Amino acid sequence: MPQVFHQSSNTLARLSIVTGAALLVTSVLIGSNLSRSPYVTRAGAPVDQPVPFSHKHHVKELGIDCRYCHNTVEKSAVAGIPPTHTCMSCHSQVWTNSPLLEPIRQSYLNGTPVKWNKVYDLPDFVYFNHSIHVQKGVGCNTCHGPVHEMNITYKAQPLSMSWCLDCHRQPEKYIRPKEEVYNYEYKQPQNQMELGAKLVKEYGIQKGQLTDCWICHR
Amino acid sequence: MEKKNHQPLNLEEIRRRLAEARGRNYWRSLEEVADSEDFRQILEKEFPLQSSPLGAFLHRRQFLKLMGASLALAGLTSCRPLPQRKIVPQVQQPEEVIPGKPLYYASAFTLGGFARGILVESHEGRPTKIEGNARHPASPGSQGILPLTQPARIHPDGTPEHLGATDAFTQASILTLYDPDRSQSPVQQNRLASWQDFNTALAAAMAKQAAVRGAGLRILTETVTSPTLAALLEELLRKYPQARWYQYEPVNQDHSLEGTRIAFGEPLQPIYRFDRADVILSLDANFLHGDAASVRYAHDYSTRRRVRRDTHTMNRLYVVESTPTVTGSVADHRLPLRPSQVSAFALALAKAIGLPVSAPSLPEQAQRWVDVVARDLQAHRGRCVVAVGETQPPAVHALVHAINDALGNIGQTVVYTAPVQAKPVSQTEDIRRLAQEMASGAVEALVILGGNPAYNAPADLEFARLLKETTQRGAFTVHLSMYEDETSALCEWHVPESHYLETWGDARAYDGTVSIIQPLIEPLYPSRSSYEIVDAMLGRQRSGYDIVRAYWQGRQQSKQFDTAWRKWLHDGVVAGSALPVKPVKCRLQSVLEAVQKLPPAPEGLEMVILPDPNIWDGRFANNGWLQELPKPLSLLTWDNAVYISPATAQRLGLSMDTGGLANMVDTVEIRYRGAKVRAPIWIMPGQPDDCITVFLGYGRQRAGKVGTDLGYNAYALRYSDALWSASGVTLAKTGERYPLASTQQHHSMEGRDLVPEGTLQQFLRDPEHFVQKHSEHEQPSLYPEHEWEGHKWAMVIDTSLCIGCNACVVACQAENNIPIVGKEQVARGREMHWIRVDRYYEGGLDNPRTYHQPVPCMHCENAPCEPVCPVGATNHSHEGLNQMVYNRCVGTRYCSNNCPYKVRRFNFLKYNDPKEPVLQLLNNPDVTVRGRGVMEKCTYCVQRINAARIEAKKLGRRVQDGEVVTACQAACPTHAIVFGDMSDEHSLVALAKAQPHHYGLLEELNTRPRTTYLVKVRNPNPELEGD
Repeated sequence: MPQVFHQSSNTLARLSIVTGAALLVTSVLIGSNLSRSPYVTRAGAPVDQPVPFSHKHHVKELGIDCRYCHNTVEKSAVAGIPPTHTCMSCHSQVWTNSPLLEPIRQSYLNGTPVKWNKVYDLPDFVYFNHSIHVQKGVGCNTCHGPVHEMNITYKAQPLSMSWCLDCHRQPEKYIRPKEEVYNYEYKQPQNQMELGAKLVKEYGIQKGQLTDCWICHR
Repeated sequence: MEKKNHQPLNLEEIRRRLAEARGRNYWRSLEEVADSEDFRQILEKEFPLQSSPLGAFLHRRQFLKLMGASLALAGLTSCRPLPQRKIVPQVQQPEEVIPGKPLYYASAFTLGGFARGILVESHEGRPTKIEGNARHPASPGSQGILPLTQPARIHPDGTPEHLGATDAFTQASILTLYDPDRSQSPVQQNRLASWQDFNTALAAAMAKQAAVRGAGLRILTETVTSPTLAALLEELLRKYPQARWYQYEPVNQDHSLEGTRIAFGEPLQPIYRFDRADVILSLDANFLHGDAASVRYAHDYSTRRRVRRDTHTMNRLYVVESTPTVTGSVADHRLPLRPSQVSAFALALAKAIGLPVSAPSLPEQAQRWVDVVARDLQAHRGRCVVAVGETQPPAVHALVHAINDALGNIGQTVVYTAPVQAKPVSQTEDIRRLAQEMASGAVEALVILGGNPAYNAPADLEFARLLKETTQRGAFTVHLSMYEDETSALCEWHVPESHYLETWGDARAYDGTVSIIQPLIEPLYPSRSSYEIVDAMLGRQRSGYDIVRAYWQGRQQSKQFDTAWRKWLHDGVVAGSALPVKPVKCRLQSVLEAVQKLPPAPEGLEMVILPDPNIWDGRFANNGWLQELPKPLSLLTWDNAVYISPATAQRLGLSMDTGGLANMVDTVEIRYRGAKVRAPIWIMPGQPDDCITVFLGYGRQRAGKVGTDLGYNAYALRYSDALWSASGVTLAKTGERYPLASTQQHHSMEGRDLVPEGTLQQFLRDPEHFVQKHSEHEQPSLYPEHEWEGHKWAMVIDTSLCIGCNACVVACQAENNIPIVGKEQVARGREMHWIRVDRYYEGGLDNPRTYHQPVPCMHCENAPCEPVCPVGATNHSHEGLNQMVYNRCVGTRYCSNNCPYKVRRFNFLKYNDPKEPVLQLLNNPDVTVRGRGVMEKCTYCVQRINAARIEAKKLGRRVQDGEVVTACQAACPTHAIVFGDMSDEHSLVALAKAQPHHYGLLEELNTRPRTTYLVKVRNPNPELEGD
């Protein structure tokens, strides 16, 4: 019986096995890295807004407290986006003719809300609660990054589950005294782990529970 | 689906098996006792009818190709960036609204005109859930009625401290608000029209009537208890003196009002005080379900049934009834009798306690009952009560008042007030008079405010034909209703009615207490309330708010009106508005005369006509939650059937298949006075022989997408002189069969001793050994011990208190975004309810004892579902919750296969399909809406636990007992469900767990369930034991 395959087929066969395996590994690597990359998470990418609101100007240069606009952050799951009236409490006096503020004035006149683009958006099966985090010493900029330096707001962190769990597993790595939560110039001290452990105890944070699924998903 | 030859049930064989059974013998269905091949197959599989098997249409190669493709594409889904979403703040933030936190507003839900107090949960202006208002007399909470003087305490998470109980109707009424089938525009003779057109037409018609002083004007409403609406109608009648206002709804109080008129000379409202009664006898009175005061009555009744270590007494309930009902199912002794025999029983009882009546002969067993019950009642003079149901004729009502009088109960366990209705009339007379006037052509303008008389008026009046003729004759006919229904189709005009959560109003409760109905949301569609329509008939254009407020302002001329009004709205109750108790004097002579006119006992088959336990008179036909809710006792969904006793079925050669999950049943033709109705049968253990029961509310022609063409129309058999029962009925087997979807065999837990029970005597003799415990000590387990941290959540359900009313099931459905699946899916065992109420029978086929056992997830400490999940989608929390993580679940269903309690539910299809955007408004934003291919189950309302825990942690303390109230617990009228932290030894749940009659379901499996039960304790009369 004549040979069906030439001898070179052996090489081809081996090559295809190796290539196949390599492709598989590469695709898994690419896939897993891609899904964590800023391309997908959009971390660091400024989001266009109807009004180019600058946190840098309002927070750092004017010194307005976070809670002046995000006023339900201590009470509710959501920090709150300020209603048009809050904007107008100042802008009926200052920059009254600025063309950039036209959408705000229109909203105020017509009673139609401004539709902002969401920067921090969690999937619908995740139930994040701002109020408990700020009460337990998680600073605003721990998650939101250097908001006081942002001209156009961008997402500072990937908001992936592993990122959440990093703190939920070891809150002592991140938490600070409650008084410092809104202080955007707060720097972690040298003895963070020591201080963190002390605060975890003081604030009654039950670490075991923090990784229970139903703490965030339900 | 595989077709097999199913065996018809052999009732003879079932009877034999039940007779031969030794010891306590529980059964859930006839099929189970028959132990057929089909039934065993159902037992062995968790979901016996799986999604379509592959073999039939998919070849192996195609399957492999598909698998390969899906493998290759899996994972890519995570590479997609999230779509950009919007965030939209208010222009001006309303005061009190904190985004992300619900607000609660007091209002009232009415059924049959009678108010039930409610608190409505509102998320950013969107009502999502109804709770009872503990300040309202018709919806007491676990602490009873919260006094108006006690300030409202609100938990930091926004929920009121005291929630009241509700019934299933109240819970489900919120679904109707968002029903996509609601009518959205006025319709003139089947063409869309505008409100302006209607206003013009109405003004023209009224001007025409003004010329003749309203001689051709007729207004038809349902039962009106609203002081404001009654005042408006009276004003209208003053302006148009020749006009008439009629009231009609099919489930009315005609017999009860006439009964009091006979007994006391004036129509009165009887109010029972079951909390003061040691002995209760019900004569066809289903006072625990469907009555205007059911929630209150169930609460009062339960205060005397709660057995704890220090309990020494219980009340005793005897029920004589012609159809198995919720009330009969919890009776200590139950006697099935035909309706005419129930009347005879009342006469015999009257005679036995010494009233001068002559009693007809009764069956031997009933006669013995009369003697025993009469003795028991007489031994408890002034502390017993006899209640009578609407289905009994007025003379029997009067007789029962006389019996209560003779027993010294009036003023003690039963009191009387003036009628709650604004105009207490015989509604049957009203609709008859209207029909006569329509026939004579006297009606020129007919305004029908609510109701659906073309569908539900007595058959002999031919209301639909007359209405059609009146419209064709050119009369101005209007129907105001939420749906464009059977009546709308026959009127010239249909105008959409606002839902009660969209409009202002007021209504009285069973004791006369007034609640202001305040809206939670602007009308979703341009619609009006009946108040606004009557106001427009008076030539005004006031809003509902102005109408109601003006009425009450006129009643209370004080500077403090604003304060009072705000307090009424806040409390949900107008202080001091309950009707005063009237002293009454029974006119025995008049009662005796009425009783003498009772017809003699009829021969042959009798028929009872009842409102459907879920759909009521048909008004909830398009409410999917209520359609899919298993009806008490039969556990039927999506259909009405004819109840027939096993012996009568055998005699007539009728049977049900032991078939798969849907029951194939015989259909019969019911013939009565020329009417013929074809209907499927349901062999009902406990139904009296030679007596069938038909249920109203089905056979709707124009109900909406959900409710049209379901079941048979029993109104065709209802005549104005035989509203509730009839004799001279014949049944003919048609030879056709019909599938019914009953859940009674679903999720069956095979032949174990699941519902232990005992008597109060046994309990008092030796409480510690009342239950046979499976093991005194904790058994060892192969699983590693859990680490507990924080609270230990647990639930105890007291089966002595559960009445099987299903309020918990609908409350859970509303709270947890649970979808409905439809009849076909229910027939496959795929209903999604997270809590089910299992019904067990014990004893013979003809009058078995009934037990109810609500079964939510047990949250086992050694949960069998957890180790079998390949992706860890179900696991344990540190507080002992068995967590189910939807976003991890891949749908293997292993967990469900391994659950001995069968409490897990699988989304076989995309049940929560957001095709109707308006239905999305209904969803609770705190609970994930599950997609296809995901397992789900009871979470102990973890969203409520988390809310309470977060608020407590913010205050730096532990969650206190009573701060977390699960949806089922809040709704329960008897407060049978207790939830809390069992590691806190003073918590109610820990106290319940320390009771001697505490037990866990299937404890022997060492699952260590957190949900446990208290044994059902009965209080039988030793003289009747064995009956």
